[in-house]
Amino acid sequence: MHEDDPTDEGWFAGLDRGDLAAAREAIESGGSETPADWPALAVESGFADGEADYYDALHEATVHTTREMVHEAERAGDRQLVHAVWAMDDCTRTANELAERVAEWAGSLLEESGSGLEYAREVADRDDVPTSLRSLATRVRDLDDQAATLRTDIERTAPDVAPNLSAMAGPVLAARLVSLAGGLESLAKKPSGTLQVLGAEEALFAHLQGHAPSPKHGVIYTHDAVRNTHPDDRGSASRALAGKLTIAARVDHYSGERKPELDEELRERIDAIRARKAGDGATRDDDE
Amino acid sequence: MSEPTLPSGVERRAFDGRERLATRGPPVYGEPTDGEWRAWDPSRSKLGAMLKLGMDTGLAGDDTVLYLGAASGTTVSHVADISGATYAVEFAARPARDLLSVADDRANLFPLLKDARRPATYGHVVEPVDVLVQDVATRGQADVAVRNARFLSEGGRLLLAVKARSEDVTAEPDAVFESVTGTLSETYEILGTRRLDRFHDDHLGVVARRR
Repeated sequence: MHEDDPTDEGWFAGLDRGDLAAAREAIESGGSETPADWPALAVESGFADGEADYYDALHEATVHTTREMVHEAERAGDRQLVHAVWAMDDCTRTANELAERVAEWAGSLLEESGSGLEYAREVADRDDVPTSLRSLATRVRDLDDQAATLRTDIERTAPDVAPNLSAMAGPVLAARLVSLAGGLESLAKKPSGTLQVLGAEEALFAHLQGHAPSPKHGVIYTHDAVRNTHPDDRGSASRALAGKLTIAARVDHYSGERKPELDEELRERIDAIRARKAGDGATRDDDE
Repeated sequence: MSEPTLPSGVERRAFDGRERLATRGPPVYGEPTDGEWRAWDPSRSKLGAMLKLGMDTGLAGDDTVLYLGAASGTTVSHVADISGATYAVEFAARPARDLLSVADDRANLFPLLKDARRPATYGHVVEPVDVLVQDVATRGQADVAVRNARFLSEGGRLLLAVKARSEDVTAEPDAVFESVTGTLSETYEILGTRRLDRFHDDHLGVVARRR
């Protein structure tokens, strides 16, 4: 992070040959506003015995540095996201559950009553309730704050892990899909029909056992393309959305390159589905 | 198809009866090979497409090269086959993993996990080069080329593939290309441009010289 303060020295300055850890530090964090004839300078300074020797050292150092940085980036990536999503959901669920308990308890003591997280926050700030109730309400508030912090973390990291999926689904839904699939790679390898019903496993198994209709959507229900489409067309919208999300997940896993045209394709497809409803319902549900 | 001079190290050779561009080096992505020669697929490489379409890239064998947007290393592997020291900058970790296996087999290829929009973060590693090759799918592609002009001496070549949809998905590609070449022309003299649509939709190949 020293790019604002480049030393204008080569990466090899002050370096011992063969000290790859120091070479990595120099390559990763160093910098120079202007390039220079580094091979010649390295030979001049005695770092290398000649140009060929310098390039050998440079190759070893750049490959080592990049390999370590790649390894760390990937280790930090989707697995961490999975943990963050589960933790956020646990915090939210527990906070809501305990908030109900706080409301029940506070209702037996106070004139005014209320419910939910907001009310628990109020109770946490009161000094006319028993310490144990106030303490419980404080836990609720802290858990709710923790869930918000985790959400912020997810919003920051999901676009690094899965840029296209995050842009299309929003970072939180993207992270949820990654965690339901068990990782970005597994998500990228799933067919679109599976992605479409991730999070609706109960309904899916009921269907497979033959006593329920097939679920139209799992967690992708929270996406605007499904939620804000007329119920009659939600099956089509879910199918279209799942198709595009699957492509996005595959691009993210196999290339990692951001492709803004994918977002555009989804928008066009959903617009077409919604427009169809306005016209004639006769062709509904037998598209594709 | 015109018959321009190919850079030394690039040849037209027959693979399964079809004449294709090829370079000599270890295979990388399952491309057809013929002895040491391996086919250079223009539909997987914008620089390959520029050569295939007959653009005069001015590449000479043994150039030193800075390659921005190396991705998985498909194109940069061919560039390294025909060049001297080749610096490959890629920002995303996932493709850089594949780039590493390309670099393992090529002693003159130096991979760097860096952001091409911030040349000062690799100016202490990259020496002044003869050729700048750029294929970055980010907004502000012209700006990246201008900022990295510091690695070229006067007369040094820029080989640029512009992706219209990276600048603005909704704009007409021609309008995007005009704006990109406009920004470039302050720093570079543009020697030639050509649409690469036959191999890559909405891409423009640009050959330019540092002013």
